[in-house]
Amino acid sequence: MSQTIDVDPAAEVVRRATALNENYGLSALKDWKASHPGQLAIGHLPIYVPRPLFEAMNCLNVAIFGGGEKEIVRGDSYFQSYICHIPRSTVELGLAGTLADLDAMIFPAICDVIRNLCGMWQMLFPQVYATYLDLPQNFRPEVGGAFYRLELERIANELVARGATPWTPESLRGAIREENERRATLERLTTIRHYEPWRVPASEAYLLTRAGGSLPASEHRKLLEAYLDAIPGRSRLAHDNVRVVLTGAFCEQPPLMLIRSLERAGCDIVEDDLQLGFSYLEGPIEENAADPLDALVRAFLEKGAATASRYIGNEEKGASLVRRVRHAGADGVIFAAASFCDPALLDQPMLEAALEDAAIPYTSFKFAENTGQFQVIREQAGAFSDAVRLWEDAP
Amino acid sequence: MTSEAALPKDSSQKRQKQMIADHFDRLARAKEDGRKVVYTFVPGNLTELIGAFGFLPVLPEINALQSGMRGKSGGYISEAERAGHSEDVCSYVKCDFGMLKSGNIGPTGKPLPKPDLLLLSYTGCFTFMKWFEILRQEYRCPVVMLHVPYQADGRISDEMRKYVVQQLVSEVIPTMERISGRKLDEADLEERMRLSARAEDALVDVWESARHRPSPIDGYFGGVYYIGPIFSAFRGTTDAVLYYQELAAEVDERIARGDGPMTPDGPMPSERYRLVVEGPPNWTNFNEFWRMFSRERAVVVASTYTRVGGLYDLGFRHSPADPLSSLADYCLGCYTNRSLPDRVKLLEKYIRDYKADGFLINSVKSCNSFSAGQLLMLRELEKRTGVPGGFIESDLVDPRYFGRANVENRLQSYLQMLESHRSARAAS
Repeated sequence: MSQTIDVDPAAEVVRRATALNENYGLSALKDWKASHPGQLAIGHLPIYVPRPLFEAMNCLNVAIFGGGEKEIVRGDSYFQSYICHIPRSTVELGLAGTLADLDAMIFPAICDVIRNLCGMWQMLFPQVYATYLDLPQNFRPEVGGAFYRLELERIANELVARGATPWTPESLRGAIREENERRATLERLTTIRHYEPWRVPASEAYLLTRAGGSLPASEHRKLLEAYLDAIPGRSRLAHDNVRVVLTGAFCEQPPLMLIRSLERAGCDIVEDDLQLGFSYLEGPIEENAADPLDALVRAFLEKGAATASRYIGNEEKGASLVRRVRHAGADGVIFAAASFCDPALLDQPMLEAALEDAAIPYTSFKFAENTGQFQVIREQAGAFSDAVRLWEDAP
Repeated sequence: MTSEAALPKDSSQKRQKQMIADHFDRLARAKEDGRKVVYTFVPGNLTELIGAFGFLPVLPEINALQSGMRGKSGGYISEAERAGHSEDVCSYVKCDFGMLKSGNIGPTGKPLPKPDLLLLSYTGCFTFMKWFEILRQEYRCPVVMLHVPYQADGRISDEMRKYVVQQLVSEVIPTMERISGRKLDEADLEERMRLSARAEDALVDVWESARHRPSPIDGYFGGVYYIGPIFSAFRGTTDAVLYYQELAAEVDERIARGDGPMTPDGPMPSERYRLVVEGPPNWTNFNEFWRMFSRERAVVVASTYTRVGGLYDLGFRHSPADPLSSLADYCLGCYTNRSLPDRVKLLEKYIRDYKADGFLINSVKSCNSFSAGQLLMLRELEKRTGVPGGFIESDLVDPRYFGRANVENRLQSYLQMLESHRSARAAS
């Protein structure tokens, strides 16, 4: 009797993405440095930095998401027990020399901890250019926009002084085009998750997305396209799962096993904000602007996602989350905030109230990037998915 | 031991008590008197501007700390946690939210008026933004945001100042004009700035009196009473000028008499340890915490918490010459809006200027703005000054995080270490 072996056509590209995520997302860094002598690799903390600007300066953006499950040897001695985990594992990476190939570190304005980590970096690693990117909370072009532009120019000038190539309107337009294409490809991935989540598990989409953290936008797009090309050949069956949006205003990332645990508990994660930086702009950046830096600024002002680190002005809190749930056709929401993450945890009761008003079920738990026990979370997610199914079936 | 109630009050204390009582009376009558009410924060507060529009300010942080001192914060925090607020987050926010849900009763026993405007001065603390998002959902009233850039590189650039001024001109003042129904009276604002500067001069004299031996003041536990008027509703008023001038005169008298600082148990007989303290105090067990120091005759000669609402001893004064730029510089210069390297420099200066025997960090769970990085600050300061550092942990207003024995043990051990250090230096 002959046996058919079901070969996953996406297996190879998933392996590549997995490899890119190894060594804290730095596995490709050494090769890039070797092949781009004299050019700068710029580490940045979550959530959002304007990556096209640095690409336009021939720099490599390197997203730093902490040390994940790495054992903390020295980092804990720099932080009290009630501070979240990502700064301690990031300091651990710094002290261990893991980040030594980075020429600069950028700390965007998302919370007090990442802000203070910038000052710590300046004291601990004075040889590295470490700077704070003060993202504006005023979204008027002539006020917050003008300030933000000066911030970007300041950092760009500092990088040029350290050897980066000055950006030109042409180089920035090119980088914006690449970023838009990457973003559009990520949207295609999300769309498939909305309609056929069994073909693209969230845990796999996560690997594919996160792999772009230290890739130029064009290479990340190619990786994503290779995956998307392989998806239709997959012969996977739809499961009777509930469809959920996973949200946590993610800076600190949960372990991959946590995402898999949610999937195994019967949840199709049809949308998430795990790698929030890549989807922070809700729409493309203007590509052919006479002043491309202005286009980058306006994109932040006008298209920034309503996440915990951004002042939402007069819009109702939670309205954006409700829209996302509706758009994704999700049955419910799973809140997963990092322990001691003030922005996400302070946001959560307001978002929960919005979901209650919209009759959208939710559940919540906390995690740390080095969480090692998933049984309780799996049981909670399982109970939630059962409850949602029962709710759906109720007359 | 003299009971606190039996301790004689200085004139300035009586004056401050009356000022605060009058303010809460005004708040209680605000609606019937047709006064509009603005809720805002201590760091980066725009009290002169608020006053120029005739608004009455309410400071939720002050409500929270007063709730802590009155033993009410535990209940309020439980109320907030029952409503879904995480155990992990800032206890000021939860205490304020719980107080709101419990009727928002102020210290006079009457409800505080609801805000007509939430003035969100985003200075030095990210949580402020979330706090007012929460309050906006509850009160459904207008909010105006003033985003104050962070001094990450240890200086105020022209761009930063311009950004703040532009927000004042394009957002804050027009909103205040709309809510108050009147145009900004620039002459009134200038006069308030002038009065602020006079009060600030006197406050700096008070801080710097701690250079004397013995120090006539405690710059942390006593200091939080001194900052009350200038950090809350009174900057830019004649009341504040009179209070600080009176206080400075009393301090001068103490110096002339060679008196040490007042403590919860009366005047400190002699000073044994001179300390610099970083971080806010615990409010739920404030006097108990203070006594742990005062009974060991440890006096705090300078503290950073007392600079969260303005770093006047570094030279800043509100100026009538260009009020909006001056307000911008004030907001930009508050202590928690300064980078970690800058905070280390300031502490180093205090340790040297005030000839401190040691420095102590009270790390509070609630406040990441203060706390993240303090352990590195400790190492760095020890390295730079050779002065031993101590580290204790508590919280602002969550009574669950004040471990009496733990705090006392750590403090005692630390003071013993200072003693050994002193003996070793004497021997060499």
